[in-house]
Amino acid sequence: MAASSSTTSVAGAGPLLSFSSSLSSPSRRLLLPLVRRSSGGAGRRAARIPAISAKIREIFMPALSSTMTEGKIVSWVKSEGDRLSKGESVVVVESDKADMDVETFYDGILAAIVVPAGESAPVGAPIGLLAETEDEVPLAKAQAQSQSQSQPAPVTQSPPSPPSVAAPSPPPQPPAPVATPVAVSEGPRKIVATPFAKKLAKQHKVDIGTVVGTGPYGRITPSDIEAAAGIQPKVPVSSPSPAVTPVPQSPSPSADASAKAPAAALPPIPGSTVVPFTTMQAAVSKNMVESLSVPTFRVGYPVTTDALDALYEKVKPKGVTMTVLLAKAAAMALAKHPVVNASCKDGKSFTYNESINIAVAVAIDGGLITPVLQDADKLDIYLLSQRWKDLLKKSRAKQLQPNEYSSGTFTVSNLGMFGVDRFDAILPPGQGAIMAVGASKPTVVADADGFFSVKSKMLVNVTADHRIIYGADLAAFLQTFAKIVEDPESLTL
Amino acid sequence: MPASVSLSFSLPLSPAASPRSDPSVAASPFGAFRCSGLRFCGLRREVLSLRSLNSEASGRISPYPARGFSKKVLAAAKSNGSPTKGFDYDLVIIGAGVGGHGAALHAVEKGLKTAIIEGDIVGGTCVNRGCVPSKALLAVSGRMRELQDEHHLKALGLQVSSPGYDRQSVADHANNLASKIRSNLTNSMKALGVDILTGVGTIVGSQRVKYGKVGFPDAEVTARNIIIATGSVPFVPNGIEVDGKTVFTSDHALKLEWVPDWIAIVGSGYIGLEFSDVYTALGSEVTFVEALDQLMPGFDPEIGKLAQRILINPRRIDYHTGVFAKKITPAKDGKPVLIELIDAKTKELKDTLEVDAALIATGRAPFTKGLGLENINVTTVRGFVPVDEHMQVMDADGNLVPHIYCIGDANGKLMLAHAASAQGISVVEQICGNNNVLNHLSIPAACFTHPEISMVGLTEPQAREKSEKDGFEIRVAKTSFKANTKALAENEGEGLAKLIYRPDTGEILGVHILGLHAADLIHEASNAIALGTRIQDIRFAVHAHPTLSEVLDELFKSAKVNLGASPSVTEPVAV
Repeated sequence: MAASSSTTSVAGAGPLLSFSSSLSSPSRRLLLPLVRRSSGGAGRRAARIPAISAKIREIFMPALSSTMTEGKIVSWVKSEGDRLSKGESVVVVESDKADMDVETFYDGILAAIVVPAGESAPVGAPIGLLAETEDEVPLAKAQAQSQSQSQPAPVTQSPPSPPSVAAPSPPPQPPAPVATPVAVSEGPRKIVATPFAKKLAKQHKVDIGTVVGTGPYGRITPSDIEAAAGIQPKVPVSSPSPAVTPVPQSPSPSADASAKAPAAALPPIPGSTVVPFTTMQAAVSKNMVESLSVPTFRVGYPVTTDALDALYEKVKPKGVTMTVLLAKAAAMALAKHPVVNASCKDGKSFTYNESINIAVAVAIDGGLITPVLQDADKLDIYLLSQRWKDLLKKSRAKQLQPNEYSSGTFTVSNLGMFGVDRFDAILPPGQGAIMAVGASKPTVVADADGFFSVKSKMLVNVTADHRIIYGADLAAFLQTFAKIVEDPESLTL
Repeated sequence: MPASVSLSFSLPLSPAASPRSDPSVAASPFGAFRCSGLRFCGLRREVLSLRSLNSEASGRISPYPARGFSKKVLAAAKSNGSPTKGFDYDLVIIGAGVGGHGAALHAVEKGLKTAIIEGDIVGGTCVNRGCVPSKALLAVSGRMRELQDEHHLKALGLQVSSPGYDRQSVADHANNLASKIRSNLTNSMKALGVDILTGVGTIVGSQRVKYGKVGFPDAEVTARNIIIATGSVPFVPNGIEVDGKTVFTSDHALKLEWVPDWIAIVGSGYIGLEFSDVYTALGSEVTFVEALDQLMPGFDPEIGKLAQRILINPRRIDYHTGVFAKKITPAKDGKPVLIELIDAKTKELKDTLEVDAALIATGRAPFTKGLGLENINVTTVRGFVPVDEHMQVMDADGNLVPHIYCIGDANGKLMLAHAASAQGISVVEQICGNNNVLNHLSIPAACFTHPEISMVGLTEPQAREKSEKDGFEIRVAKTSFKANTKALAENEGEGLAKLIYRPDTGEILGVHILGLHAADLIHEASNAIALGTRIQDIRFAVHAHPTLSEVLDELFKSAKVNLGASPSVTEPVAV
C-alpha cells in the first residue's frame, strides 16, 4: 500500500501544517468541469510515475472562473462506490457566480470522497478519487485516508471512529419495542430506516445494519443513528412543544450516550458568533490537542544579555536579527546536549536527530507558523539571517514548502518584544523541547562580593518531553545556553 | 376616450351599464369599445385592442371615480339580464369552482342571464380542497423552514430559539382561509345576481338541464348555452385502499388532522412536491414513490434536476423511482402502513415500505359522472369530456354538440384553476359571437414550494422537438438568482431562470423559474407570450432595482436575437 502512494511520505512529515501537501501528490489528476479542457499535465505526470500500475485518479477542484480561488462542494451527485461513466456529472461545485456540474472525463468508480458536501477546497485540491476497477477501490480509500490526514482535518466533521461506538453487539437483535408487538416475523427481519436516518448514516459512515432501531415498529430513526455515531442529538426544532429547555435532555436511555456528552452541552452565550477554523488554525488546534498526550515539564533560567545586546548592536547593520542570534545560540547549546534535540516518536525510544533545525514561531495574520532554520549550528549568523529573511517572505506569501515549516527539531518562541517577562510554551508534536524567551530587562544584581550592579536579564523557559529529557539534562542545556549568550563572541565564529 | 377605457379597466367584474336584453346594446356607454372588453386572459384578439390604446391612459387611472361608478353599476346589475326568448337562462354553468365562477362573472358582464349549479360547495376543489388551503399550509411551512434554518438566520444576524407550531391552529388557518375565499366567491356572484342553483346538475337534452338534491324533486331549466365545469377529484389507482386516516389523498391531507413522523407520498408532481414541503417543514420525514424514472417528471429536466438538489436532497426525503405502488394497506392491527412497490417495467415486487402514512398524489381524475352525457351522445375519454379548441363539446362521432361547452379539469386540457377560468371567459366570448381561441401556452403554472417553481410555455425537450419538426433554431438563456441583489439581500440566492426562445424571431417559447417568489415572477414572461411580445422589445422594459424581477430582466437581456430586419415596424400604434 505504501509503495503505491508516496503521499504517505508527505503525510507523515508535518508536525504543524501540511496543507500544501497535495502539491506533491503523485497521482494523476484530471478535471473535468463542464468546459472540458485537455489534461496535458496529467499525461506528463503519468509518464513520470510508470511504476504505479493501479489507476487511481484524483478529481480536483476545478477553476470555474478566472477569479475563483476556492470552491464549495454543493453536493456529490454520486456516492462512494458508484460507477461513473465518461461525461456524467459527479459533483456540483459552487463558484462565486453559480453552481456548476462537474463531469468526469474517465470511466471508473468513485472510490472516495475527500471533501464532503458543504465544505470548501482550494482550486486544484483533490476532492475525490476515481478508481479504474473494483480492485483499486480499497487502495484509493487508503490513499484518501492518508490524504485527509495530511490535509488538516476539516473543522466541521467529527468522525469519531463510528463502528467502535456503535451497537455493542454486532448482530442486530430483532427489535421488540414494548408498544408494538411486531408480528412474528418469519426469517430475518428487513431493516427499516427512515429517510433522514439513512442520510445521517451515510454522512457519518454508520453501518445501518449494525444499528438497532428504537422507533415505531422497530424502525431505525435519526436519533438511533446519532447515538450510534456518538453525536449529541439536536433538540428537534420542529417539535410542536413550545417549551425551551437548553438543558441537555436525555432522550436516549442508554447510559453510555449520556456519559459521552459531558461538557459539550453548555448553553450558548447570546450574541456569540461562531467562526470556523481556517485550515491553518485547524492544524494548530490539532497539534495542540495532540500535545496533551506528551508528559511535559518546564525549567526556567535567567540569562544576562548585556553582552548579547552589545553584539546585536554591532551586527544589526549587517542584517542580523535577535531571532537569529537566539536561534544560533540555542543551536550551539543543542550541539552539546544532543538529547534535548532528540524526540520520542513511539514512547519507547530516543530518536536522535542528526541535524539541528531550529523552528521559530511566527505569528502571521490569523495563524501561527514555524519556519525552520535548518542546520543552525553549522551556518554562520549572516547566512542564517539571509535564510530567515527568505523564510519570512515565504511565510507572508503562504509559500512555505512543507520541509520549510515541518522539519524543526527544536523550537524557539520569543514574546520578549511585547514586554512579556516569562511564559510557557506548548511542546509541538515530534519535538523534544521548546524554548520560550521573555523580554530582557534591566535588573539590580548583587555579585558575590556584595557589589550591586544593573544588568539586563531575560528569563528563558524550556518545555520538554520528560519521557526522554530529564531535569538535569535541561538544566545543563540551559546553563550552556546562558554561557553562550553571556559570552556571545562564539556566535560570530 | 381614455377615461372610458380606464373605467372598464379597473372594473373587471362590472357588468355593462345597461345589461338588459340585447348584449350588443349592453356595452353602449363604451361606444366603439363594445364587446371588445379589454380582458387579459391571453386572448390575442383583444390584446391588439389593448395595445392600440394610449398606454398613458391606462397607467393613470384614478381609482376614485371608478369606485363611485362601480357601486351604481352593481346596483343596476342585480337583475342579471334577462334571457333570450324561450329560455330560462342564456347560460347555465354546471359546477361552481373557479372555472364556473370565472365564466359566470364574465357572462354577467356580457349581459347574459346566468345560472350556476353547484352540487357540492361553492369554490370547488381549488378553494376548498386544493390551491387555497394548501397555500395556507405552505405559508406556515415556509416560515417554519426559515425559522429552523439556523445557518440562514445566523447569516442574517437573527436569533430565534426553538420555533414550534400548534397543529390545530395551522389546520384552522387553512380552513379559515378556504371559508373566507369561498364566501368572497359566493358574494361576488350574488352581488352580480348570478342565480346559484343547488343540486347535482344533469344534462337532459341539448339545451335542458335538471338539478336537484338527493331526496328532493328535481327541477329543470332551459338554457341557450351550457358550460360543463365539474372539475376533478383525486385519482386513486387500483390496489390502494384509502381510509382517510393513514392512507389519504390531498382532500384529507389539507385538513392536517395529524403530522405523521414518516409519510410516503405517491407521485412527485406539483401536489406531492408541495406536500413534501409542508410535511418536512412540520417535522415529518418523507419517502417519494414515483412511477417514472425521475422525480418531478412534469418539469423542464434542468429545473427538475435543480429542484431535486434544492428541494429533495438536503431535506429529510428519500425516494423510489421507476416503481408503482401496487398495493397500499392502511395501518391496522398494530402494523404500519404497508406499501408494496413493483418495478414499473418488469412488474416484479421490488420492495415493501413500512411507513406511518401515505399520501396519494398520483394526479386527478375528471369528475364527469352523472352529467347525463349519454343524453347528448357524448362519450368521455378516460373520463374527460372531449372538446375542440373553443372548448365546445364533441360527441361520440366527433361532431360538435351545439350549445354545450366544457371547461377546466373536466376537459383535461390543462388542469389548473386559472386555466379553467380563462377557458370559461373564452367560451363566454365565443357565445357572444367573438371568435376566440385561448393560447394555452401562455398560461403559467406554479408550484409553491420553498423556493417556488414556475413555468410557462414549452419545456426545453418540447421546444427541441417542435424546432426539429418545424425547422427552426432554438436557443436557451439562463440567469442565476445568485447574481441578483434582492435575492442575495434575502440570503436566498439559490435558483435559476431559464428562457427558451427563437433567435431568428425573438419569440419566447418557454420560461422556467426556480427560486424565491418564482410564482410571482413568471407573469412577465406569460404576459409576454400572451401578448406576443418579442425579446427584442421586452428587453428594453425597465425593472425597478433592486428587485427579483431583474432576474427576468437579465434573462431577456442575455438572449441573443439575430433579426434580419429592423424590428421597429411590426406593430401599428394608434395615436
